[in-house]
Amino acid sequence: MKDIAQLVGEHPFFQGLDPSFCQLVCGCARNVRFEPGEYLFHEGGDADQLYLIRHGRVALEIAVPGKWSLSFQTLQDGDLVGVSWAVPPYHWAYDARAIELTRAIAVDARCLRQKCDADPALGYEVLQRLLPILISRLQATRLQILDVYGDRDQ
Amino acid sequence: MPPPDFMMPMPVKVMQRRQELATTWTLDVETGPDELAAFTPGQFNMLYVFGVGEIPVSFSGDPAGRDRHCFTVRAVGPVSRALTELPIAASLGKRGPYGTGWPLAAAEGADLALIAGGLGLAPLRPVLYHVLRYRQRYGRITLLYGTRSPSDILFRDELDGWRRRQDLEVRVTVDHAGSEWPGQVGVVPALVPTLGFDASNTVAFLCGPEVMMRLTASALLDAGLAPAGIYLSMERNMKCALGHCGHCQFGGVFVCKDGPVLPYPRLRGLLSLQEL
Repeated sequence: MKDIAQLVGEHPFFQGLDPSFCQLVCGCARNVRFEPGEYLFHEGGDADQLYLIRHGRVALEIAVPGKWSLSFQTLQDGDLVGVSWAVPPYHWAYDARAIELTRAIAVDARCLRQKCDADPALGYEVLQRLLPILISRLQATRLQILDVYGDRDQ
Repeated sequence: MPPPDFMMPMPVKVMQRRQELATTWTLDVETGPDELAAFTPGQFNMLYVFGVGEIPVSFSGDPAGRDRHCFTVRAVGPVSRALTELPIAASLGKRGPYGTGWPLAAAEGADLALIAGGLGLAPLRPVLYHVLRYRQRYGRITLLYGTRSPSDILFRDELDGWRRRQDLEVRVTVDHAGSEWPGQVGVVPALVPTLGFDASNTVAFLCGPEVMMRLTASALLDAGLAPAGIYLSMERNMKCALGHCGHCQFGGVFVCKDGPVLPYPRLRGLLSLQEL
């Protein structure tokens, strides 16, 4: 059975991380699992965890009053769930729901932020890994806004 | 028999019609004379609704079928709307086939990434029929299909059938969905890095809205694919379909005659220009 250090080190988000940094991150990490339908977090809640999916699938959703929730992205093995933990005021901007059995590494965001503040080299390393994900999600959102599959006449 | 007049529509009848989506129908029509029955996947016919007008429509059926041609049409303008309303046994005019097809022979031996968006799955469907018929000629085959929402998924039953095959990897994604949708949500370009293909031996065929193709081509290049290994099916306002009238001109390219399937290097630099 793999320990948390192995799991963190093998996850794409932290893959190749300096062992001393990995040790710092592991001090904030634990294993979690979510049953299908279980929520990882809800919009407006404190963004005090970040989740690294090992196996499974998670839908990011926005609740539309009077309607079903609208899913705008699904995440799977190797993905990071949630970015609001990195930016004040550290509140989730959407819901995250497991759509199948999901095993993940939960990292205590307050703990990680404190360690990043204390060691800017670690903070820079984490930001370098986070920024490409943010850019990629921003670009995906841009394409969704364009609604490219809609009728051109509409 | 005199050679066919390529400006003269051939009258043919609608044999069958199927509603695919709310405003999208597939028409099976007679092929006309034997010499006009064969087509290469990726080519198109000009379809003429008498008294209304003529539009280009790509073949969406099996290229090995010789008794009928399939065309999948979404009602967006007067002619396409009239086409989707044609009843069985109604007459329409047909001329072609025109244009270039997907480079299926050149792609033999390589892995194939077939990437479709929205109605763009229709011109790629003949490719799937072909490569599955001659499966041993190709390496790994991946179909990545993206559309607006679960209710906009084209050829849903066929996609389910293809998904059950062991020799074809099918990924379907939608831009947004209700919570009842158990599948993938996300845009096509964002999924390219997850396909895990061998960039040195993969040929990609793209068909869909131009913005989606442009960003997907960028994602393929970022993933290491050679520009010459990426082919796009372009859509323009084709009128004569013979490269004479210039309505479909795109830079130095006549989409009707030089395309609609074009290698990425011929389009690079044109795709992001607002005006030509």
